[in-house]
Amino acid sequence: MSNESFALTEAVYYILLSLRSPLHGYGIMQRVEQLSAGRVRLAAGTLYGALESLLKKGWIQALPEEMGSRKKEYVITAAGTQAAENELARLRELVANGEKILGRDAG
Amino acid sequence: MKRTIHRLFWAWEPDKEEAWLNEMAAKGLVLSDVGWCRFTFEEGTPGAYAVRLELLDFMPSTKQSQDYIRFVEETGAEYVGKCLRWAYFRKQTADGGFDLYSDIDSRLNQVGRIQRLIACVLPLLIFNATNMLFSSAMQGSLSARIIGGLNLLLALLCGYGFTRLLLQKRRLKAERQLHE
Repeated sequence: MSNESFALTEAVYYILLSLRSPLHGYGIMQRVEQLSAGRVRLAAGTLYGALESLLKKGWIQALPEEMGSRKKEYVITAAGTQAAENELARLRELVANGEKILGRDAG
Repeated sequence: MKRTIHRLFWAWEPDKEEAWLNEMAAKGLVLSDVGWCRFTFEEGTPGAYAVRLELLDFMPSTKQSQDYIRFVEETGAEYVGKCLRWAYFRKQTADGGFDLYSDIDSRLNQVGRIQRLIACVLPLLIFNATNMLFSSAMQGSLSARIIGGLNLLLALLCGYGFTRLLLQKRRLKAERQLHE
């Protein structure tokens, strides 16, 4: 089984979505919180660890630091976009099956 | 007004230490500096701050740790200080909740880090204890017996701490079977 067929963690999935445009660490936290309507709050240590893993995997990249700015910005790569799309397909399957089985009970 | 309190916390009970620091913050005593078994607080508004601590991967003075500390500061927290490899942060409660970890994996990671720290110290303590107790048995030296006994006591304590962390890790892993 290849690595890519594993489910992404919620944190990783939302980080990838948030990085369609470049953001620094705090920006990612805010964007993810906003995307999930306040439900997902990434803590600094968890986010830092996830960013390091994503960089290593090549799913995101760090932008060259601008002069005078201390904050590092990140952006999603083509491989990262592919990973997020794979996850979306997996989530669609989960939702479709959930609705088919649980939705029937409810309806 | 500053207030300094000396108190010992074992490496395997950072949750207890953090809970105590937050109790102090709730009373209006906010952590402003740390040292070896020493906590300095400044008086402020009760409940204005949340305090967190963690064991870093590297000594706080290294580039890796400095990068990390800066990252945490950029999220609105303040770096209060360090004690050995432990880093202390605080954040104003008005700026939203403050946690360093938001999933089980990173919590497991932290517990593992503390375990590895204890695993480095434990063999040293056991070596010292056997060495000293053995030589005191040979020479009847009282000081060697005392030092050996103290090392043995510390080794037992560390062994206890290590086991507690092991159980904590097992609980977290069981939880992760069900959710992140």
